[in-house]
Amino acid sequence: MLSAALTLAAKDLRAELRSRSALMSALLLACLVLFVLYFARDPTAVAPALVAPGALWVTAAFAATTALNRAFQHEKEHGAIDGLLLAPIAREAIFLGKYLANVAFTLAIELLAVPLVVLFFNVDFGPVLGGMALLLPLTTLGFAAVGTVFGAITARAKHAELLLPTLVMPFLVIPVVVGVQVTGRLLGGQTLAEVAGWLRLLCVYDVIFIVLCLLVFPVVVRD
Amino acid sequence: MAPPGPVLGAVAPVIEARGLVRRYGRTLALAGVDLLLGAHEVLVVVGPNGAGKSTLLRVLAGLARPSAGTVLVLGRPIGDDDPEVRRAIGLVSHRSLLYDDLTLHENLAFAGRLYGLPAPAEAATAALAEVGLEAKAGESPRNLSRGMLQRATIARALQHQPALLLLDEPFTGLDAEWQERIRQLLAARIAAGAAAVAVTHQPAELWQIATRVAAFSGGRWALDEARVGEPDAFLARFREAVPA
Repeated sequence: MLSAALTLAAKDLRAELRSRSALMSALLLACLVLFVLYFARDPTAVAPALVAPGALWVTAAFAATTALNRAFQHEKEHGAIDGLLLAPIAREAIFLGKYLANVAFTLAIELLAVPLVVLFFNVDFGPVLGGMALLLPLTTLGFAAVGTVFGAITARAKHAELLLPTLVMPFLVIPVVVGVQVTGRLLGGQTLAEVAGWLRLLCVYDVIFIVLCLLVFPVVVRD
Repeated sequence: MAPPGPVLGAVAPVIEARGLVRRYGRTLALAGVDLLLGAHEVLVVVGPNGAGKSTLLRVLAGLARPSAGTVLVLGRPIGDDDPEVRRAIGLVSHRSLLYDDLTLHENLAFAGRLYGLPAPAEAATAALAEVGLEAKAGESPRNLSRGMLQRATIARALQHQPALLLLDEPFTGLDAEWQERIRQLLAARIAAGAAAVAVTHQPAELWQIATRVAAFSGGRWALDEARVGEPDAFLARFREAVPA
């Protein structure tokens, strides 16, 4: 199963590296969101450091959703999803493959969002890079699982590009809230030990949704 | 009462379907279809638009679940629980199942890896050569003509040597030369022990390799017979059985 999953993930990454359609659209959206947020604040009343955590995670949430949307569109073209469902591999392997690729896409977008936030809000992430290196994957693992399942559902639907963000946004609340809280506290000088409770919450969220999505995926791709 | 599905010859069944029913809301796409097909048998199915032919192929392939009835491929039920049974199926559908962001060779090698072929890259090269697309191996499917895309679709469906070929209008977009070459390719697979169900509006295209011909209408068999005579005579009987 792992071999098939890795084959599928490698295919997705290769296709994306070639077309860059998901990453480019996500990057463009990230720039637009940050641009709007930059001008939406009153610089004389609100310090950039107070806005930066929210800006980072709102941007990452929208951009990641855009990328997830794109990930299953590849399977929709020419009925390629039928090719996956016909292959002699477990449905769980399809989930794992798409999930691993989505984790990579989402992490890449978050990694692009951090320097953009630095650029727009002039915040120094240097001292908190270690904490961010832990926070980014933890916010991504569970959310990417949810995005993979909903991506599979909406791939067969009309107006998938509208449906997917609507469905996944409620599941983004916990990662975004924790992301904003932990980023703000780390930038404010707190240590990782002081934000451990938030990180434990993310771990629980990740485990629950990865397991749930693994169980649900074979059902949602069933005709 | 609907005529029975095509009957088995003196060979073991490659596919056996019993009482297939498929509903889409209030629409009955399959209304109790039986089918039994052994190795070396080719069933050519004709029928009007909306008769349920493509639905039948999707149900036989396991891509659509029947509302009632069962499908056995090589004696094993097709479904989500047994990925291995899907290895026996090669599907040529209206869609190519190929990715535009991969080259033809990458597409076939990817499929070969999913099917566990021992040397997927070599198998992809051989499959493309078989349909005359070796020079296009590095091209994206989006750059191919309709006929070339159809040949690539056939190569993808056949490269893992399936025992059961499910073909939906397999000659779409092919010129006369390539119709003949694909016919020979299919005939070779049938001679090697595969079975095929081929849906077409032009039975003459597959007449030479057909062992049975059937008409499908209203989600059930309307006509079912061994291939004898000429396709025009069969089409006349078909029009009599299924008035426009």
